[in-house]
Amino acid sequence: MGKITIADLEKIRESTKRTLNLRLGAGRAKITVHMGTCGIAAGARDILSAIMKEIEERKLIDVIVTNSGCAGLCSKEPMITVELVNQPAPVKYVDLTSAKIKKIFDSHIMNNEIVKEYAIAMGSEQTA
Amino acid sequence: MAYITYLMVCAGTGCVANQSMKIKETLIKELDKRGLSNEVSVVTTGCNGFCGVGPIMVVQPDGIFYQLLKASDIPYLVDEHFIKGRPVKKLMYIPDAKKPPIPKMSDIDFFKKQVLIALRNRGLIDPEKIEEYIAREGYSGLAKALTELKPDEVITEIKKSGLRGRGGGGFPTGIKWETMKKVPGDKRYVICNADEGDPGAFMDRSIIESDPHSVIEGMLIGAYAMGSSDGYVYIRNEYPIALERLLKAIGQAREYGLLGDNIFGTDFKFDIRVIRGAGAFVCGESTALMASIEGSPGEPRAKYVHTVEKGLFDCPTCLNNVETWANVPQIIMKGADWFTNIGTGDVTHDPWGGSKGTKVFSLTGKVVNTGLVEVPMGISLREIIFDIGGGIKDGKKIKTVQTGGPSGGFIPESMLDLPVDFDELTKVGSMMGSGGMIVADEDNCVVDMAKYFLNFTQEESCGKCVPCREGTKRMYDILENITVGKGTEEDLALLEDLSGMVVESSLCALGGSAPNPVITSLKYFRNEYLAHVRDKKCPAKACRQLNTYIIDEEICATLGHGCDVCTKSCPDYAIYGEPKKAHHIDQLKCHKCGACFDACNFKAIKIE
Repeated sequence: MGKITIADLEKIRESTKRTLNLRLGAGRAKITVHMGTCGIAAGARDILSAIMKEIEERKLIDVIVTNSGCAGLCSKEPMITVELVNQPAPVKYVDLTSAKIKKIFDSHIMNNEIVKEYAIAMGSEQTA
Repeated sequence: MAYITYLMVCAGTGCVANQSMKIKETLIKELDKRGLSNEVSVVTTGCNGFCGVGPIMVVQPDGIFYQLLKASDIPYLVDEHFIKGRPVKKLMYIPDAKKPPIPKMSDIDFFKKQVLIALRNRGLIDPEKIEEYIAREGYSGLAKALTELKPDEVITEIKKSGLRGRGGGGFPTGIKWETMKKVPGDKRYVICNADEGDPGAFMDRSIIESDPHSVIEGMLIGAYAMGSSDGYVYIRNEYPIALERLLKAIGQAREYGLLGDNIFGTDFKFDIRVIRGAGAFVCGESTALMASIEGSPGEPRAKYVHTVEKGLFDCPTCLNNVETWANVPQIIMKGADWFTNIGTGDVTHDPWGGSKGTKVFSLTGKVVNTGLVEVPMGISLREIIFDIGGGIKDGKKIKTVQTGGPSGGFIPESMLDLPVDFDELTKVGSMMGSGGMIVADEDNCVVDMAKYFLNFTQEESCGKCVPCREGTKRMYDILENITVGKGTEEDLALLEDLSGMVVESSLCALGGSAPNPVITSLKYFRNEYLAHVRDKKCPAKACRQLNTYIIDEEICATLGHGCDVCTKSCPDYAIYGEPKKAHHIDQLKCHKCGACFDACNFKAIKIE
């Protein structure tokens, strides 16, 4: 890259925004993919890839994806938990497929409407 | 595919020395093996400041903090955390043995109370990539200065912010810039002083290592304001990583046209040369530093004429410290009012009226969490030592904290609620200095510590002026006498006398401040001196020549069974005793080296 202008500064900033949001842990939405042995066996990795594809296609810069262990409901894997900053409680989706992921993005992530037919519970588990 | 996880591996000097580069390599290899290279990115960052628990890695976006990593931990860590989603507890920070580990960096007390301005990019960006600096609003301050502000307006803003020199002097930066601006002359210089020489201090090294572009941007803004087109960075050659990153950053800035002619398409031009210092402490003094750049011996000169009028090559020169420069872009971008919200006092009419912004300290000594901390001015010493530093090691009691490097003073426990700013620290006889902070507990002897600092300053004295060259040496000799039991009460008066003379008549600040540890320790810990000279005893039992070592026969016989380790450790053959029975020390032969005390596994050796 040769000499840059002030406008170029802004361009560089735009292109790195997603990276920086991730590093700061700042995001509007957080998707947790449950990746215990059961989840991985049931195809959690494909679900993760599908999520990443949606994020890239939609050019989302404020959606964080992370993984966690088994949530205990092994028969309903693959599962994800979706948290939005302006929503009171996280939502757990079960028995997922790539197509369902697309729908969850369309309505829940983008429009803040929970996809009730795929969801099993709202809220976190109690910890002692 | 875009990355979903970033592994921020600390590559500051401390962590690199503890093999963080090997950890990085192992991470890349293990991630690759498991096909995760497209999802998980490994980034090397500058120093995180928590050097005591290095090597450090932070997993983002979750902010999971891993410490004390070894390359052998990595395969397990990758399996557990990045495949199965289970963060590894045993590699997390544990505040104390009774408490559970803390997974998140933001929940750890050490990080919680810090406010980052100069170190705002630490741990977040790869310091070797200019794009990442730009992504964090880098070079926006420069853009704003060049397009929206006249040079005088830049100076006004810096003046309004109340920024004071972070190298130790605490001189208002805006006034320095304004004075320099008024001096006529086409050739003028700006210098960044990165010749950090205090033992145990590494603030400037860390800033350059974690964010070199912030210093370059600060210098650019200063150069624009003061009409300079030539800059120098004088950096210690003992800082290989900082030097490498600085040179790389300057190279990138040149490539991007941020250094050179017509910066951002304006008439402004500026470039930076890097001069490596050979490690002389005195070269951190502004005039000695300039002499060194000119190729002369690094010796200071009397400052009847200030360097802003006649400095480097007899041209007007503005010298600021690394941390000062690193603050400048933030002030220009966010405005002086934002900066004055942090800190103490009121600087609206008088730039000396308070201390604004933050200060970076290197917290070392007997605290639990050692490392680099950036705190708002006005925070109390107690908060720094007990909240951020986690208190004193091994449940001991604090005796004193020594601030400001080798020429700072001792502050006793009773004054720990003192707010930390330039003026308060000076009032009690210490100083802000460049930001060293050494905590001592009840096992440390202040006379011994004062001797240590005097030894450093007398060795580093350049020898140009007599008071510093001879005075510090004599003071050191007196202190040495006191610690070996040859001191008298008259020595204390002589020490005070000498201190006053060295302070008053030395040419530069090295001699002018070198007696501070002696003056303050005599003031606050006179009883300890008296115990040394009157009773020939060291209350902290640190001056070994004043100790009498004896063996507790019962412990030696019952617990140690006369293990004989002490006999073997003694260079004077002063310990005797049959195997399996209590041993004894022949006091006539004993030279009081303390080797037996260190060697005994049963704490059977007592000091009287």
